[in-house]
Amino acid sequence: MIDSTAAGKRISLSNGIFWLGIFFLYAPMLVLIVYSFNESRLVTVWSGWSVKWYAELFNDQQLMSAVLRSLEIAFYSASAAVVLGLLASIVIVRFHRFRGRTLFSGMITAPLVMPDVIIGLSMLLLFVAMAQFVGWPAERGLLTVWIAHTTFCLAYSTVVISSRLREMDQSLEEAALDLGATPVRAFLKVTLPIISPAVLSAWLLSFTLSLDDVVIASFVTGPGATTLPIEVFSSVRLGVTPKINALATIIIALVSLAAFGSWYFTKKLEQSRQMH
Amino acid sequence: MLPGGKRWIIGGPYLWLLIFFLLPFIFVLKISFAEAELAIPPYSSMFDWTEEALNIKVSFANYIWLTGDELYVVAYWNSIKMAFFSTLFCLLLGYPMAYAIAKAPPHLQTTWLLLVLLPSWTSFLIRVYAWMGLLKNNGIINGVLMWAGITDEPIQMLNTNFAVYVGIVYSYLPFMVLPLYANLVKHDATLIEAAYDLGARKWGSFFKITLPLSKNGIIAGSMLVFIPVVGEYVIPELLGGTESIMIGKVLWQEFFNNRDWPVASALATIMIGILIIPIALFHRYQNKESQS
Amino acid sequence: MAIAAGARKNQKVNEAEHETLLSIRNITKYYDEALAVDNVSLDIRKGEIFALLGASGSGKSTLLRMLAGFEQPTQGHILLDGVDITRLPPYQRTINMMFQSYALFPHMTVEQNLAFGLKQDKLPKDEIRERVERMLKLVHMEKYARRKPHQLSGGQRQRVALARSLAKQPKLLLLDEPMGALDKKLRTEMQLEVVDILENVGVTCVMVTHDQEEAMTMADRIAIMDEGYIQQVGSPVDVYESPTSRMVAEFIGSVNIFEGTIRDDEEDHMTLNCPDLDALIYIGHGVSSGIDERSMLFALRPEKTVMTVEKPDQEFNWSEGKVHDIAYLGGHTVYYVELPSGKIIQCFLANTVRRAERPTWEDSVYIHWAVDSGVVLRS
Repeated sequence: MIDSTAAGKRISLSNGIFWLGIFFLYAPMLVLIVYSFNESRLVTVWSGWSVKWYAELFNDQQLMSAVLRSLEIAFYSASAAVVLGLLASIVIVRFHRFRGRTLFSGMITAPLVMPDVIIGLSMLLLFVAMAQFVGWPAERGLLTVWIAHTTFCLAYSTVVISSRLREMDQSLEEAALDLGATPVRAFLKVTLPIISPAVLSAWLLSFTLSLDDVVIASFVTGPGATTLPIEVFSSVRLGVTPKINALATIIIALVSLAAFGSWYFTKKLEQSRQMH
Repeated sequence: MLPGGKRWIIGGPYLWLLIFFLLPFIFVLKISFAEAELAIPPYSSMFDWTEEALNIKVSFANYIWLTGDELYVVAYWNSIKMAFFSTLFCLLLGYPMAYAIAKAPPHLQTTWLLLVLLPSWTSFLIRVYAWMGLLKNNGIINGVLMWAGITDEPIQMLNTNFAVYVGIVYSYLPFMVLPLYANLVKHDATLIEAAYDLGARKWGSFFKITLPLSKNGIIAGSMLVFIPVVGEYVIPELLGGTESIMIGKVLWQEFFNNRDWPVASALATIMIGILIIPIALFHRYQNKESQS
Repeated sequence: MAIAAGARKNQKVNEAEHETLLSIRNITKYYDEALAVDNVSLDIRKGEIFALLGASGSGKSTLLRMLAGFEQPTQGHILLDGVDITRLPPYQRTINMMFQSYALFPHMTVEQNLAFGLKQDKLPKDEIRERVERMLKLVHMEKYARRKPHQLSGGQRQRVALARSLAKQPKLLLLDEPMGALDKKLRTEMQLEVVDILENVGVTCVMVTHDQEEAMTMADRIAIMDEGYIQQVGSPVDVYESPTSRMVAEFIGSVNIFEGTIRDDEEDHMTLNCPDLDALIYIGHGVSSGIDERSMLFALRPEKTVMTVEKPDQEFNWSEGKVHDIAYLGGHTVYYVELPSGKIIQCFLANTVRRAERPTWEDSVYIHWAVDSGVVLRS
C-alpha cells in the first residue's frame, strides 16, 4: 500500500537487481541448450544445427542404464523420505514434550546444511563398520545409496511438510475426533488430504535432490551401482562435451515442463477458488 | 493421539536418524584416532584383544599431522574465507531480489519466486558445468570480450577463484533468496508508513526498520549458504584451479586418491568442530522463524 | 453524558474564534475506476478534535491517508495553515499519525520509538532526551522506557503510539481508529484519557472511527461519511438530535422512521398523515415545501418514544400497539412494539425502579411522544 511516489525509486532499484539476477540464473542454461544443437565437437565453435549428440546420448548404454538406476533410487528415496518426514513433522509440530526433543529437532535441521562430503564419509564409515560387526549390508550398492539419500532427503521433506502442518487449523482434526473418528482415521481422512500438496512437493523435492546428488553417492556406492550424476561428473571432469549439453537440455526441459505444469495447476486452482 | 501410537510415531524417524545420521559421526570420530593400514577396511582398530586384555589404541597422529602441515591449515582458512565472501555476494544479490519479490503485487509473487527457485530444481552438476563452457579461454564470455575489443587475448577465468565464486553464488543464490523472502513478506507495511510519517526517507526507513527486522532471515539465509560451502567439493573441483584449495576437495583426495581414511576422518572431525557453532545458530533461527 | 461533553467542548471551540488550520478543498479519489472519496470539502479548526465517522468502505480511511500523504488525491487540494501540502511526501508534512495497529517498531524500546521522529529531524541529543522524557511523563509511561513493544499491554502500547505521534509537536495529529485494537472496557477508559492528553497538549486532531460512541465521546465535531461523500458535519448534539438525512439518523443511534404525506403545512406547524399510526403526526414548525414534495419522513428516537398502558390524552402523535418483543439491557429495556399495520418500532424504557411491574409480551400498549421529539426529513 506504500504509495508509488514515496518509494518508487527503491522499488525500481530492487526490481532492476531482481531481473539482473534472473538473467544471471538463466543465461548460462540458455547457452547450454543452444550449444547442445551444435554440429561441432568443439563446444564453442558454431557449425550449424544438429541433433546428432542426442542420438549419441541415447546410444550410450552405460549412461542410459545409469539414468534408470538413478530414477529407481530417487523414487524409493523420495517415497521413504516422505513417509518418515510425515511422521517427523507430526512429532515436531504436535508433540511438544518428550525426552530427547532437542536432539530430534537438531537431527532434522543439521542435514539441511551439513556439507555433503561429511555426510558421505560418515555414512560410508557406518556401512563399513556395520558390515564388519553385523554383516549387513554385505556389500555397498543400490541399498546403501538409498539409505543415505533417504536420510538427507528426510530433513528436507520434514521442513516442507511441517511448515504446512503448522499452518493447518488443528480444530479440523479435533472436529473429526469429536464426530467419532479414531485418531488414525481423523489423520488419514482430514489432515492428510489438507496437507497433501505439501506432501507432494516434499516428494518432488526429495526426488530431485536424490537425482542430483553426486558426492554422497560417490562415497557410499559400490561396484555396479554407478548413478547418473557420478557418470556425468566423471565425464565432466575431463572437460566440456556436447553429449552432456544434450543431457542437460533434456533435464532442463523436463524440470521446466514439470514446474510449468504445477505452476499452471496452482494458478487454475487459485482462480477457481476465487470464483466460488 | 494414543500414548502407544505416540511412541511409534516418534520411534520411527527418531531411530532412523539416530542410526543413520548421528551414529556415523561417532565412527568418524573413532576412525580419526586410528592409523592408516593396508587392510580392508584400511585403518587400525581401536579395540584389540591381546594377552587376554582389552587394549585401547588411540592415536593423535592424524591431528598432529593436520595441524603441522601448512597445506591443511591453508585449506581450512581458504574454505572459510571463500565461504564468507560467497555468502556476502549471495546476500548482496539475493537481498534486493527477495525484497523485489516481497514488494511485488501479490498475484505475481509466486511466479517470481518460482523463477528464482526453478534453476535449483535442475541438476546442480549441470549448472556448474554450464559455467565451464562460459568461462573457458575459448568460451563464450572470452569470445564476446575479444569481439568487443575489450581484450586481445583470452582472460584466464576458468580454474581460478573467480570461477569458484561465480559457481557458488550461482548455485546457492536460491537458498539465500528463499528464507529472506519468507521473512520480508511477513513485514507489516504500516511500520514503513509510520517511519515516513515520522520523517524518515526511503533509505532511512529501509536501514532503520526493514533491515533490522529481517535479521532472522539474513542469518538463516547466510547459514544456509555458508555452512555447506565450507565443505563444498564439486564447485572447486570443476571450476577451481590449484589456488582454490578447499577442505572438501582435500578430504576427497585423502579419501579416494590416498585411501587414507583416518586422515579424512580427522579432516571431517575438525570441519564439524568449525561448523558446529554456525549449525547451532542456524538451528536456533530456523526454529525462531517457524514459530513466529 | 456524551451530549454534555459535546456541549462543553463546543464552547471551547467557539472561544478559539474558528481559526481554520486544515482546509480540504474538493478532494476526489479514484482507485482505478472505483470512486473512494467524492468531492469532499472540510475546514478543521485550530485546537478541535474532529471525527470522520462512517462504516467500512465509506472513504474515511482513504481521506485520512491523503492527509498523512500516503495516498495522492485524484483531484483537489489540501491546505495546512494556508500552505498547499497536497503533493508533499509524508516525511515533509508537519502532520503525524497514530496508526490503528499502532505500528510501534518491534525491534526498538519505548524510548527509541519515541526518539525516532526526533532523530529524523536531527535535533541535538540533549533535546531529544528531554523531549522523550516529557512525552513519557505525559502518557504516564516513565517506568516502561526500556521495554520493547511486545512486553506491553494493549493500553500501554496505545499510550506509546500516541506519545510517539505527539513527540514531534505536529500541527495536526491523525488518529486512525484509535481504540480499534482495544477491548470494550479499556476502550471507554482510554477514550477519556486520550482526550485529556490531547487537550493538555492543545493539538488539533482528525480521527477516523466507525464507532459512533467513540466519535461522540471524543470529538468536538463529527463528519458522517457514506460512499465517499460527507452527509453531515456538526457537533455530537447536532448530528444526533438534528440529523439532516435518513442515512445519518439511522447511522447514529437507533431511530423509528415513519413515512407520511403532508396534510397541513403552516408557518408555525405542520401535520403528517402516516398510515402506520392511528393519529396524525404534529410538528411544531412548517417546512414550506413545494407542491411536488407531499411525501415526508418523520424520525423519532426510541428514548423519546413513550409507552403506556393507558390511552394518552392527546389528539396527535400516538398510536395503539402490542408488545412484540422485550430486550432487557440492565440500564434500560428496549420494547419492540408492533403497530396495527404490522410495523415494528423501538421504545426505550429507563429502568429507574428495581423489578418494576412492566408490560409483557402480547400486552396492548399505546405509544406517544411530545411535539418537539421528532425530526422531519426530506430524504
